[in-house]
Amino acid sequence: MNGTYYISAEQMTVGYDGKPLIENIDIGVRRGEILTLIGPNGSGKSTILKSMIKQLRLIAGTVVLDGRDMAGLRERDIAKKLAIVMTERIKAELLTCWDIAATGRYPYTGRLGLLSKEDREIVDAALETVHATDFADRPFSAISDGQRQRILLARAIAQQPEIIVLDEPTSFLDVKHKLELLDILKRMVRENNVAVIVSLHELDLAEKISDRVVCVANNRIDRCDTPENIFTDEYIAALYGIERGSFNALFGSVELPAVSGEPQVFVIGGGGSGVPVYRALQRAGIPFAAGILPESDLDYPTAKALAAELYGIPAFAAAAETENVRNRMTEIGRVLSTVPAFGETNAVNKELYDAAKAAGILVDADALLGEGEA
Amino acid sequence: MQNGNTERNTENQRYGRLALGFVLLSVALIGLVFLNIVAGSTSLSIREVFDGLTNAQSPHRVIVMDVRMVRILPAILLGGALALSGFLLQTFFANPIAGPFILGISSGAKLVLSVTMIGFLSRGIAVGSVTLIVASFVGAMLSMGFVLAISYKVKRMSMLIICGVMIGYICSAITEFVIRFADDSNIVKLHDWAMGSFASIKWDNVIVIAAVVLPALVVTFLMSKPIGAYQLGEVYAQNMGVNIRAFRIALILLSGVLSACVTAFAGPISFVGVAVPHLMRRLFKTAKPIVMIPACFLGGAVFCLLCDLIARTAFAPNELSISSVTAVFGAPIVILVMLRRQKEGER
Repeated sequence: MNGTYYISAEQMTVGYDGKPLIENIDIGVRRGEILTLIGPNGSGKSTILKSMIKQLRLIAGTVVLDGRDMAGLRERDIAKKLAIVMTERIKAELLTCWDIAATGRYPYTGRLGLLSKEDREIVDAALETVHATDFADRPFSAISDGQRQRILLARAIAQQPEIIVLDEPTSFLDVKHKLELLDILKRMVRENNVAVIVSLHELDLAEKISDRVVCVANNRIDRCDTPENIFTDEYIAALYGIERGSFNALFGSVELPAVSGEPQVFVIGGGGSGVPVYRALQRAGIPFAAGILPESDLDYPTAKALAAELYGIPAFAAAAETENVRNRMTEIGRVLSTVPAFGETNAVNKELYDAAKAAGILVDADALLGEGEA
Repeated sequence: MQNGNTERNTENQRYGRLALGFVLLSVALIGLVFLNIVAGSTSLSIREVFDGLTNAQSPHRVIVMDVRMVRILPAILLGGALALSGFLLQTFFANPIAGPFILGISSGAKLVLSVTMIGFLSRGIAVGSVTLIVASFVGAMLSMGFVLAISYKVKRMSMLIICGVMIGYICSAITEFVIRFADDSNIVKLHDWAMGSFASIKWDNVIVIAAVVLPALVVTFLMSKPIGAYQLGEVYAQNMGVNIRAFRIALILLSGVLSACVTAFAGPISFVGVAVPHLMRRLFKTAKPIVMIPACFLGGAVFCLLCDLIARTAFAPNELSISSVTAVFGAPIVILVMLRRQKEGER
């Protein structure tokens, strides 16, 4: 049935000390594909990964690697196909980064583990791939967490695997190295036709690199689908039990909860100019109303997440009835405009702006925020 | 291009250090063997030593071969075995201060040995080399079992060491108790041995020692690849293709056989198992088993030869127990290792 999967769990039940944690797991990944596990902390992502790489004894079911039951494979044969990057700290007394990367060649060396010239070249190339040549000769214990993670990836690359399993590989990395690491993974998948199973905390990254996403929550596999179907605002909020704040699937970003209450200011925004002001008001704890934003506007998603009241119009709508909004604006009594200049198609907001100006209720952002802090 | 050059340079430096280290150890070994032959209650000249070694009819033959060499060879073999056993235990427990004496394994071996010897001697049965080793091995494994059980409960390495030391005390106390009940004639022999000494070893013992220690050394060396993998931790070792369960059993058996052999013939000898691997790591600036295994063996031999030389000659004609000398040199090294660990921040 899953003939095309390179590695798959079939009716796998995982857990510790014989106590099942997650039952009847059916997941698999093909070569040239990235399968990402997401889900709240403690949901069992690591447990699933450890079970699939034979670190944990299965309670039931099988894991099939390249068409064969993994339980019947020798460690040595598995090692030539499967490489890991786990969260366990490596103990490496007196070993250099190069030495650690070179341990990836272990399954290919002879009885005494001596490296051939070819092995050395493969290790060098792997270190090159993760841009670690500069610090290859430094002691592994003396480098930063981010560098360590790259060395461990180099180790996995040097192992020349057909599948790489990574448990939260980006946790300690800064933005640049996160992107770099995932880019390397993506390249390995594309160029070497490697299969990848990875657990990630960063939803935005998961959304971007995954071919398929497995959602683990409440002791079960909640869903396994393409990122397009998984990353919807409602589903992610439900998966992680987000009650305060929201998740924006389009940007893969999170927003804090809106400040609720009677709006103290009406923000006229649009074209991205509103976002910094919405955020500033949210931080200052000032409830606000936002308008008038077409659904296609850059400001719309943020306003939707943060505004106490939002006045939107359908995308590309030629015109709209603005009288209600204008009344409400006057009622709120303070208006802040973030729009530098109103274009021809933005007649509705121009109208609001002019009305506010005429009523003398336009305020300055700095003044408002200063007041909020006081 | 430039990078390639620097890499090659550090590579050469590494090999240079290895060569230097092994040359140093070999020279020390040969020098100490020579000193150990020459020094003693009867001093010998170089010519007399040479004569005694090569000529079976030489008047010096007895001193050279049956007094000095019969003590030097076991010091080399058992010293090497102790250091190697320490290295294996340190790898197993991922703990730089683990060793057969500190973890109470030597004391466990001593206890079972004492009971066995008293049992045999009181019935007038001579105790053979093989019986000694078997009894010692059983004792070592019993202690090891306790230590392993504890190691599953406590993860902090200092706690493991304290538990090991306690096990050692308990075993020593029971041994004392058992010796109290032995015949007077047995006590003298047992007492000497229980303090640790190379003095009572005979030629036929030496052959048995060699027959046990040398194969164990070869097997250990052949396991240097999985040992190296295991040093990275179990998770990665398994991903490198090591069968963890089989490997752990092999490691326990090997370190047990090595330390049991030492205790069987020379009694418990302290701190060699911790101090020597540490000194070798410092000397060779590596923890790679393919270097450490021969280095620890050589280093252990040198260390024990030196200590035995001091034990024999420092207060001649009185002889010190070998353990008191190894403790003087070894214990400070253990303290140093712990202080260094403290600085680096214990887990």
